[in-house]
Amino acid sequence: MEAASKLDVEAIRADFPILQRRIGDKPLTYLDSAATSQKPVQVVEAMRHFTDHSNANISRSVHTLGSEATEAYEGARAKVAAFIGAPSPDEVVFTKNSTESINLMAYAFQNAAFDPAADPRFKLGPGDEVVVTEMEHHANLIPWQQLCQRTGATLKWIGITDAGRLDLDTVDEVITERCKVISFVHVANLLGTVNPTSQITRRAREVGALVGLDASQSVPHLPVDVTELGVDFIAFTGHKMLGPTGIGVLWAKADLLAAMPPFLTGGSMIKTVTMEHTTFADAPAKFEAGTPPIAEAVGLAAAVDYLDKLGMANVRSHEKELAGYMLDRLETVDGLEIIGPRVPIGRSATVSFTFEGVHPHDVGQILDAEGIAVRVGHHCAKPTCARFGVNATTRASGYLYNTHEEIDRLVEALGQVRKVFG
Amino acid sequence: MNLDELYQEVILDHYKRPRGAGLREPYEGESHQVNPTCGDEITLRVHVADGKVADVSYDNVGCSISKASASVMYELINGTTVDDALAKLAEFTELMNSKGQSEGDEESLEDAVAFAGVSKYPMRVKCALLGWKAFQDALVRAEASIPGRTDA
Ligand SMILES: Cc1ncc(COP(=O)(O)O)c(C=O)c1O
Repeated sequence: MEAASKLDVEAIRADFPILQRRIGDKPLTYLDSAATSQKPVQVVEAMRHFTDHSNANISRSVHTLGSEATEAYEGARAKVAAFIGAPSPDEVVFTKNSTESINLMAYAFQNAAFDPAADPRFKLGPGDEVVVTEMEHHANLIPWQQLCQRTGATLKWIGITDAGRLDLDTVDEVITERCKVISFVHVANLLGTVNPTSQITRRAREVGALVGLDASQSVPHLPVDVTELGVDFIAFTGHKMLGPTGIGVLWAKADLLAAMPPFLTGGSMIKTVTMEHTTFADAPAKFEAGTPPIAEAVGLAAAVDYLDKLGMANVRSHEKELAGYMLDRLETVDGLEIIGPRVPIGRSATVSFTFEGVHPHDVGQILDAEGIAVRVGHHCAKPTCARFGVNATTRASGYLYNTHEEIDRLVEALGQVRKVFG
Repeated sequence: MNLDELYQEVILDHYKRPRGAGLREPYEGESHQVNPTCGDEITLRVHVADGKVADVSYDNVGCSISKASASVMYELINGTTVDDALAKLAEFTELMNSKGQSEGDEESLEDAVAFAGVSKYPMRVKCALLGWKAFQDALVRAEASIPGRTDA
């Protein structure tokens, strides 16, 4: 059935006990991985083993458990760094999630505004510009919006075409010599668009701006190599890539991390402290105040192992094929309109749609009665909704464990929606 | 899950043919409410005259539950005394918080008892209460703007 898939989906599904669940008397059809992915036993087991066997705080004790925990935590950092092609593990900062990673970047600019000795790349004020896109998750919009409001800089954005793509024709116009930083979404969580990056990164270089990616929906689904991408920073989140909640990643170039003021301050991020003054540790410790998510880092490392073993190119090709099938099948549903690219090119297996005359909330409710989990609402991307003149959409999102049969179930259940609201 | 229990005929009927919809003059109080998780919105106006709810008018977007609930509310409270309307508000809110344990008093809540099933779905209770919340807020504003009324 899954002829083109390079993944053994049946074997993969066996690693995810939750996929055996029933909702009422129906098998669970989980199509909400863009919100959060399910976790394989390998991840849960790694966290359990760490907790049962080596649990201790890191970098604080000479005892055996302390050094095992430190090793596990730093090992996870190295694993994540290798996974995204980072030149050094020291460029990987563990945070709580993507949202915190992006705030950490935005606050580097804000804190620099108060420091006369701050690196000029982070100096922002009236006349300076920050660029995002119209298809951002709120997590990559509001921190920059707030930053601009507080510093007097101007927020600008690249628009979306009717086909759901970035309006790249305007890149040179939107990104000017006044631009200091561009932060844009790699794969859009509502539209499913996979954004090409080279035109924006090239323009960023031309005008001397920093450029970063919200990679929350790309790192889990396709090969991401930060060196190849030629960006300055990326943010992503553990729970969307088979890992646990409570851990996220900021990757940034070493020289940037060295120049950035810290975000949160406190324990574990210092060199020396007196009552009057503190000097900070080098990155990444400088950005990891307090006890970090240690067991979560172990879980994330296991998730990275799991993905590595499958091969991200294979994951991508499975999802590309799945996206094609989703689009084909959904297009056959009467009254259904896809919001976002309608062809499986430059596209993820996340498909948003509206259903004529039926509110997404009602669609989601009826699908739930059939055991199908989709997300409904504005998906934390209200400006994207506004761009397409809708308040909310229904969004089905696939991952490495989803099958054609599940898409068939979705399409069939949409017929049920028609029946209730016909 | 029993869908029929949630999507009762009465609810679907109010959803498809909302009563009293549209914004009208005159009014003393207006409220705009949103349900941030799903983007449901309502703008609702209240016209109070002689201690009565002389008109409730509204414009809304949202799911069947939130739209039907506003329509049912209109039928229940339009033309009643303010005190009666507040009593219905309290009664309906209680029904929505009953977690499926109450059937509601049809004598007093009329079509609104059809929402008893909704109280089992915590994610949808907010939808059902959105219009009522707007009414409560608009009424407070209306009473604040009416000179001589201090008991509100
Ligand atoms: C594109 C994008 N950015 C950021 C986020 C925020 O992730 P988190 O909630 O884990 O911080 C999400 C997830 O909802 C997302 O899809």
